[in-house]
Amino acid sequence: MELNARIPSGPIQSKWDKHRFEMKLVNPANKRRYNIIVVGSGLAGASAAASLAELGYNVQCFCYQDSPRRAHSIAAQGGINAAKNYQNDGDSVWRLFYDTVKGGDFRAREANVYRLAQVSVNIIDQCVAQGVPFAREYGGLLANRSFGGAQVSRTFYARGQTGQQLLLGAYQALERQIALGKVTMFPRTEMLDVVVVNGQARGIVVRDMVSGRISSVAADAVVLGTGGYGNVFYLSTNAKGCNVTAAWRAHKRGALFANPCYTQIHPTCIPVAGEHQSKLTLMSESLRNDGRVWVPKRAGDTRRPDQIPEDERDYYLERKYPSFGNLVPRDVASRNAKQVCDEGRGVGRGGLGVYLDFADAIKRLGKNAVAERYGNLFQMYERITGEDGYTVPMRIYPAIHYAMGGIWVDYNLMTTVPGLYCIGEANFSDHGANRLGASALMQGLGDGYFVLPYTIGDYLATAKLEKIGTDHAEFARSEAEANTLTRKLLAVKGKRTVDSFHRELGKLLWDKCGMARNEAGLKEALARIPTLRDEYWKNVTVPGSGEELNQELEKAGRVADFLEFGELLVTDALHRTESCGGHFREESQTPEGEAARKDDEFSYAAAWEWKGAGTAPALNKEPLTFEHVKPAQRSYK
Amino acid sequence: MKITLNVWRQKGASDVGRLATYEVPDVSPDSSFLEMLDVLNQRLIEKGEEPIAFDHDCREGICGMCGFMINGVAHGPEAATTVCQLHMRKFKDGDALTLEPWRSRAFPVLKDLVVNRSAFDRIVQAGGFISVATGNAPDGNAIPIPKRTADLAMDAAACIGCGACVASCPNGAAMLFVSAFVSKLNLLPQGQSEKKERVRRMVEQMEKEGFGSCTNYEECEAVCPKEIGTHFIARLNRDFLGSAITGPGQTSSASGGAG
Amino acid sequence: MGWIGRFWGSSIGKKAVMAVTGVILFGFLIGHMIGNLLVFGGPEKLNSYAMSIQNSAVLLWGVRGLLLVSVVLHIIAMIALTRQNRAARPVKYEHPSTVRATLYAKTMRLSGLLLLAYIIYHLLHFTLGKLHPNFIEGDAYHNMIEGFKQVPVSIGYIVAMICVGLHLRHGVWSLFQSVGLNHPRINKFREVFAALFAAILVLGNISMPVAVMAGWLK
Repeated sequence: MELNARIPSGPIQSKWDKHRFEMKLVNPANKRRYNIIVVGSGLAGASAAASLAELGYNVQCFCYQDSPRRAHSIAAQGGINAAKNYQNDGDSVWRLFYDTVKGGDFRAREANVYRLAQVSVNIIDQCVAQGVPFAREYGGLLANRSFGGAQVSRTFYARGQTGQQLLLGAYQALERQIALGKVTMFPRTEMLDVVVVNGQARGIVVRDMVSGRISSVAADAVVLGTGGYGNVFYLSTNAKGCNVTAAWRAHKRGALFANPCYTQIHPTCIPVAGEHQSKLTLMSESLRNDGRVWVPKRAGDTRRPDQIPEDERDYYLERKYPSFGNLVPRDVASRNAKQVCDEGRGVGRGGLGVYLDFADAIKRLGKNAVAERYGNLFQMYERITGEDGYTVPMRIYPAIHYAMGGIWVDYNLMTTVPGLYCIGEANFSDHGANRLGASALMQGLGDGYFVLPYTIGDYLATAKLEKIGTDHAEFARSEAEANTLTRKLLAVKGKRTVDSFHRELGKLLWDKCGMARNEAGLKEALARIPTLRDEYWKNVTVPGSGEELNQELEKAGRVADFLEFGELLVTDALHRTESCGGHFREESQTPEGEAARKDDEFSYAAAWEWKGAGTAPALNKEPLTFEHVKPAQRSYK
Repeated sequence: MKITLNVWRQKGASDVGRLATYEVPDVSPDSSFLEMLDVLNQRLIEKGEEPIAFDHDCREGICGMCGFMINGVAHGPEAATTVCQLHMRKFKDGDALTLEPWRSRAFPVLKDLVVNRSAFDRIVQAGGFISVATGNAPDGNAIPIPKRTADLAMDAAACIGCGACVASCPNGAAMLFVSAFVSKLNLLPQGQSEKKERVRRMVEQMEKEGFGSCTNYEECEAVCPKEIGTHFIARLNRDFLGSAITGPGQTSSASGGAG
Repeated sequence: MGWIGRFWGSSIGKKAVMAVTGVILFGFLIGHMIGNLLVFGGPEKLNSYAMSIQNSAVLLWGVRGLLLVSVVLHIIAMIALTRQNRAARPVKYEHPSTVRATLYAKTMRLSGLLLLAYIIYHLLHFTLGKLHPNFIEGDAYHNMIEGFKQVPVSIGYIVAMICVGLHLRHGVWSLFQSVGLNHPRINKFREVFAALFAAILVLGNISMPVAVMAGWLK
């Protein structure tokens, strides 16, 4: 397949302006004749749905939660980046662009990243105007903090609940459009398929999660803002309901899936406590600003932390990375934690944890100052572990957090299926192989407020769109397939629960395709996933019926997709024999044990094409060129 | 530890429910309450029984999707904690716990412990926003907002919309939710233009949904996982009384204004 | 819908009505108690105070009218709100429980109903003299002493005053909130104010039957 990223020509600074001028506009009076489906109501989905409705389009918005306000964007704690340079510390659109491309380990598309940095400043203005209560200085102006290793203070925040506040801003805008009748909202509804007619995305098939009814909806364009696939690992910081189903079913209808092996692992999560563990909880990585990470020097040292003398502790990040110390990027911090645990020096039950110690900070700043900065995080830690982080060092361990990979999109955020768009975490575009802290919120809102509303207009104005309703044969066919799948899941009536399969798949992927990957492990995973999938379809048990609220059936459909998607993730990880960003191949390291990229071979986005069940996916490459940020080995020494 | 659960089981919205008893003999004190239910559900499924339906999503206390009554207390005995963050070490071996869904006319039960809270969304639709279309915004620093005001607005904005306030209120009132939503917007300079209409319309919608009235029991504040204070209810009362007496009459039109 | 309809149509408006009428009734109770405490000054003082009120028809009927309207509005609002609250939870909890609600708050309706019954009795007893064993029109002092000499009646009055105390303890504290007065600085005052005046009213009012029963007042 020929991949055309449709990057506008000209200097990078003016690409977006030029493109906006060149795109066709839909006549204001005609906008109400177009119907647009938005799936997902997180930062990307809600902001897109609201903005499109404000422009005059008819929008139908779908989410699986009981209210659009609950999408998992809400859980983002740290903040949102914007190149406002309010702190006069030398920030600029260019610097944010540069940092993001570099942070992405030179696997992102320069033009997209530049545009993201450009619109970042508008996002803050928009959110403030909506009433997002960002943190402020005493003078009443917006406060900033530096975040995730950035050298400038460009992160805006609202306590530890930035995601929640930004999402409520978008939610309010969305509810306003619902009240005006421009958006019809379908909560507790999950998407099961994209309907493609004559090569164009013309609708979706959905299941009403209360009545169980499967039906379809027709439109002129479909937008997926359905989030990331981190839950393929079972244990992740994602919400329990996060899934790959919408993206995966779109993939099966022709949307290429790019770079699934780029998964971000967050270093400061609360370790697993036991078999019952259902998800992992992240604590803001701002904790690393004052906490010191260490493990005992000796393997198998089971003494209590306060009985391990200073000279028997290994502050390994400070030792290995003297200039960044505890503030090295997420992937580096995570990988080093894994390394020391693999050496048998991990702490806590099961040896999967490292200490994050605030003793020095408390000595230096006093307990009150520490409590003021991180009080809510200490509280959260206490609640979950029953331990007091002020007196006993916290225990942390990395966990799957964010998916940089996703549906391949061009500069217009359109997938390889005309009329099918993908925004936010669900697409692959802006973070390359690794996302910087406080950039996910920026991308979600950037896509939804300021990019998609323009680019979708160009498509609607230029595409030939026949009048098509849900009575078209394609809708009936897709609906029938969705119904068949549901019936099949219910009919297996085996012995094992859906969760037991999900756990097994997750553990396999975490072990073989987690923080560090190697050829043997990946091949083993590739051999085992199809077996597990076969067993799933023979031995899963789903109680109840399809015509009711059935949470097990919902999970069963999602896990069926994870079992297919997991294979693609491993395939991608196996093919990319370099290390880059969140993808660390043990075979590709520098002599010091750092990730070694192979720019000559792998400077491309790997976009995979579905070739049918049982057939290997086809690899398509979008070459990445770096005209402005010269690829260099990242070094945090 | 051993826990006995009396759980409200109700097949569908129009079915009759009842309490059913389950024993979980081997609860890990390190598991969360929902993880304990997960374990029970896995066993029920393996036995061929229907698992207990309950709402949940983020499991880190921020999405507001989870919540039910544990022995008559919304989100259970621990203050400032959603049920997903409540851990079993807070209970004693041998405890018997009754789990019931939020009870409110405005929150009909859909199944077991799952209720429909879309009444909250409709209240927000009535005026819980600032009418600013994308692209309309002045610079973020154009209007300074005193830190105290921003902090107070943030206190209100911390609401996760879980509905525990309604469930715990002996009157089934939604005043804490509505007051927090109105206040966070009415406090900010950006929210001033629509202030009076916003409060009036949101309160009117609240009444229409069939919530009860506030008689200052303060149960809501006691169970609120985000510790939202009833002083916001006083603020709502103040804003509403001001709006009802001196505020505009009928809402202008759908083109602008709060709606 | 005019502004009055909007106001009354909402529970917040009705609560404000209850607060304002509550303030009026509370003010009356204070005045009523102070006047009656003149009984400790002897028959002269009390009777001349009573006569001065009786002689001013404007004052007498003005106050009576205001009180009647207040009581009626207070009750109508209460009934409307109670119906609303009952309807708001059609299915009750099998395992009900409260965390913070005070006894005063939980007994508001009960204490209010008892008060209503008491007020009717009280009017028949001391104002109209119907249930009084030895009522002399115009001799308030005599009527009070004779009335309280009946021990069951006195005990009834004492119980009623405790109801008043419970009702006011929550009501006075609550009315600030209902009209929107809540501020950390006001709140300290609210607590003290409500507790103090509830206590003063209870103690002041029961001092009279107690004094009569103890034989201090004859």
